[in-house]
Amino acid sequence: MDYSIINLGHGSGGLMSRELLDNIIFKSFSNPYLDKKHDGSIVKIEGEIAISTDSFVVSPIFFKGGNIGELAVNGTVNDVAMCGAMPKYLSLAFIVEEGLPIKEFIEIVNSIKSTADKCGVQIITGDTKVVERGKGDKIFINTTGFGEVHPKANISAENIKVGDKIIVNGNIAQHGMAIMSQREGLEFESSIESDTTNLNFIASKLLDEFGEDVHLFRDATRGGIASVLNEIALDTNKGVSILENQFPLEKQVAAACEILGLDPLYVANEGVFIAIVEKSIAQNVIDVMRADDKGKNAMCMGEITDTHLKKVVMHSAIGGKRIVSPLIGEQLPRIC
Amino acid sequence: MKYLTEYRNLEATKHYLDLIAKKVTKTWKIMEICGGQTHSLVRNGILDLLPEKVQMIHGPGCPVCVTPLNLIDKAVKLLEKGVIVCSFGDMIRVPGSKKSLLEAKADGGDLRILYSPLEAVKIAKQNPTKEVVFFAVGFETTAPANALSVLHAQKENITNYSILVSHVLVPPAMEAILDDEFCNIDAFLGAGHVCAIMGYEEYFPLVKKYNIPIIITGFEPLDLVQGIYMAVCQLEEGREELENQYSRVVKREGNTAAIKVIQQVFKVGNREWRGIGEIPNSGYIITEAFKAYDAELKFQIEDITAPESSMCIAGEILRGIKKPFECPAFGKTCNPSNPLGAPMVSSEGACAAYYHFSSNEII
Repeated sequence: MDYSIINLGHGSGGLMSRELLDNIIFKSFSNPYLDKKHDGSIVKIEGEIAISTDSFVVSPIFFKGGNIGELAVNGTVNDVAMCGAMPKYLSLAFIVEEGLPIKEFIEIVNSIKSTADKCGVQIITGDTKVVERGKGDKIFINTTGFGEVHPKANISAENIKVGDKIIVNGNIAQHGMAIMSQREGLEFESSIESDTTNLNFIASKLLDEFGEDVHLFRDATRGGIASVLNEIALDTNKGVSILENQFPLEKQVAAACEILGLDPLYVANEGVFIAIVEKSIAQNVIDVMRADDKGKNAMCMGEITDTHLKKVVMHSAIGGKRIVSPLIGEQLPRIC
Repeated sequence: MKYLTEYRNLEATKHYLDLIAKKVTKTWKIMEICGGQTHSLVRNGILDLLPEKVQMIHGPGCPVCVTPLNLIDKAVKLLEKGVIVCSFGDMIRVPGSKKSLLEAKADGGDLRILYSPLEAVKIAKQNPTKEVVFFAVGFETTAPANALSVLHAQKENITNYSILVSHVLVPPAMEAILDDEFCNIDAFLGAGHVCAIMGYEEYFPLVKKYNIPIIITGFEPLDLVQGIYMAVCQLEEGREELENQYSRVVKREGNTAAIKVIQQVFKVGNREWRGIGEIPNSGYIITEAFKAYDAELKFQIEDITAPESSMCIAGEILRGIKKPFECPAFGKTCNPSNPLGAPMVSSEGACAAYYHFSSNEII
């Protein structure tokens, strides 16, 4: 291709669009479904289907530990996995801002391909649109995932009982702090990397082992752990009780949060999920998680209670208590 | 990192809480000046661990809360004029009389959230055809960096940079609180970080004039309970002294290099405090030599006078006369997504701290 940047022609539907598709997209994602180059694909899925869609608008598009393409695959794959399903297929739609270097576009596409391979999903349909300069922010990606529900899964907030344990798989607040450290005006030196990763295999392993005793999976992306726990408290009309020292937090991330005046509980993650499980299997769940690369730092961070209904309460390290309230808007850095 | 663990140690904190409980015989009202201290007290659940006789009153030390309405309106006007306005994060949601900075951004204003004013100078350098204004709010703690940004701009001959100043000072605010006829405060926890910059020389006259104990205190749970213990000891023993709990950070003379930078760019002048009113000699204004960097002079925006919400009791909250729970609007018509006053916005504001971290109904 003779172009160094994406221009409006690449979204025209004409020859330039075709070139972009043939040389980059079809070449990269080649599979029997996509190779038919039809308007859509016809696929086989056994039993119940879990479907989830998500749009990705992160800035910067390349960050320590990943890029927007990797995020777009892992994010949707994880959402399907959190339904108790094994993701099989993905749709993939780009909205590209005129001026994006082709080189960067190719890098994103390559990373989507390698991430999809890691997750074991195929891209089966897609779309590419180009918008004028200033009408987007380099590149937006939407993906929709389709997965087969695990035969032993019964994931629903309705199954959550008082006494259930809340298990978290790994270090929190990595992704948000990695992005923050590279945002214009906030740059600070750190080696914090995004935790973006796929959780479908670890989730399915837990379902193989524990089936219906796993009551809920939730990945804690935007709004962090605090937002997920608040939603659970509200949805179940029960209380959530957590302990301040009982969640995995890397030292460097803790320090960065401290300096910027941010609460790690509200910071975004891309590879962290919580499992709410029957009390009696909590330790076994932690053991299974820890045996997996994606759950090395797993720990029990709290439990479901019949007190302080609809509220999340944290027991502080010094023996006090406080409410972990839902986030109102974006978490704002404090002045001093 | 050891500051994050050692000063949040359960046993050590418990030790001081026990000492406080043993020492206290009468009811004492102690005001923590700084919003950061309020935030830490509530966030760590310390208020519930103190004996009933030790009552913490939350002071006015939240820079966002005391920045006057008309300056927020001016910053909004600047955004509407196409100026790039740079601000600390928690300022942007504070309601002006018509809109907040965040709403002005949604209307097309170029608002940047920064951690350091020096970044704003960089933005000015990168955008030579545009005017860049840093919204310089805060107490003595942010003054050195804000002053330094002006010195940097001058040194690099950057003329499209200026600052919209709303700098306030702690000692005059303490004096205003003590002069208030409703004042019932027995002791102060002084603002540790303010004193890290300014030292604590200027607090001796306050102790003497008002016969009130002042303990310069830090922000970690252990700092706070130790500071409270020192205050209770003085009160129970009938002493009125200045003590420095935060000696690992605060020196008597402060940070002399930072003070020098402040004095180059700013001089003491009258300032209006949102919710309290004008306090003489209670803030910083830009000196004659640097008036080219004063955004208020540069853009000549008219003073916009608008009344505060009649339901909001921010003034009484900031002076420690009432607690957030005593406000009829608290948590009802006034909450963080629809704040009537500034203390509900900043995480250092007493109302927001109470709203986020505690509730009188359940824990």
